[in-house]
Amino acid sequence: MTTGRTHALERAEPVILVAIGGFAGAILRYALAAGLPDAVVGTLAANALGSFALGVVLYEARLADMLSTETRLIVGTGFLSSFTTYSTFAVQTASLSPAWAVGNVLANYALGIAGVLAGRAVTRGMIA
Amino acid sequence: MNPAVLVGVGGTFGALARHAVGERLERKHADTFAVNVLGSFLLGAIVAAPVGEPVALALGTGFCGAFTTFSTFAFETVRLYETGRRRRALANAAGHLAGALLAVGFGTLVVTLTIA
Repeated sequence: MTTGRTHALERAEPVILVAIGGFAGAILRYALAAGLPDAVVGTLAANALGSFALGVVLYEARLADMLSTETRLIVGTGFLSSFTTYSTFAVQTASLSPAWAVGNVLANYALGIAGVLAGRAVTRGMIA
Repeated sequence: MNPAVLVGVGGTFGALARHAVGERLERKHADTFAVNVLGSFLLGAIVAAPVGEPVALALGTGFCGAFTTFSTFAFETVRLYETGRRRRALANAAGHLAGALLAVGFGTLVVTLTIA
């Protein structure tokens, strides 16, 4: 049945897009950490950059709504959510000395939130 | 196997599992909190367990890293704050941190007690 197949493909499409984005995001996070002198810095860089890019994508959805649902799935839910990580941040924080742990939390939170706000500013600038 | 491929395959399943949790938990922000705490528990356990490099790369760096997300957490916290729910934004930020750190400790404890 042609219609049945179309429906199955329609159901499979978001899954495939999230899978492709998730595959690429995890590899890029790994490559970034390998390319930097310290894994803790790699996680911080991924979380800051990924929060900025997700800010652009999700504020674009609110303010302009020109990107397709498919783009948001592959880039936002797949790639960027996989590129950034809370678990690695938490495990690394737990392994640091108390002073460095506090510094790591402040750095990730400040740069992550600043990244989202910068993404919002860029989106507003693009559509203005 | 190539380490990047192990991370990528683990990341694929991590992203899919996070997407599946998001589809099932309709309550706002509960899905992000759930994946981040559960993923931190799993990663705490994997780091404490005597697993080889391939397993650590696929399950730890790949799966847990991709299953949990910092960007969605940061975006949702900013949205709460800018829509006037400032106390909920602060509670979200503090709750994630406390929940994830406790989960890491709990995951480590479970593995340590199981092995001992």
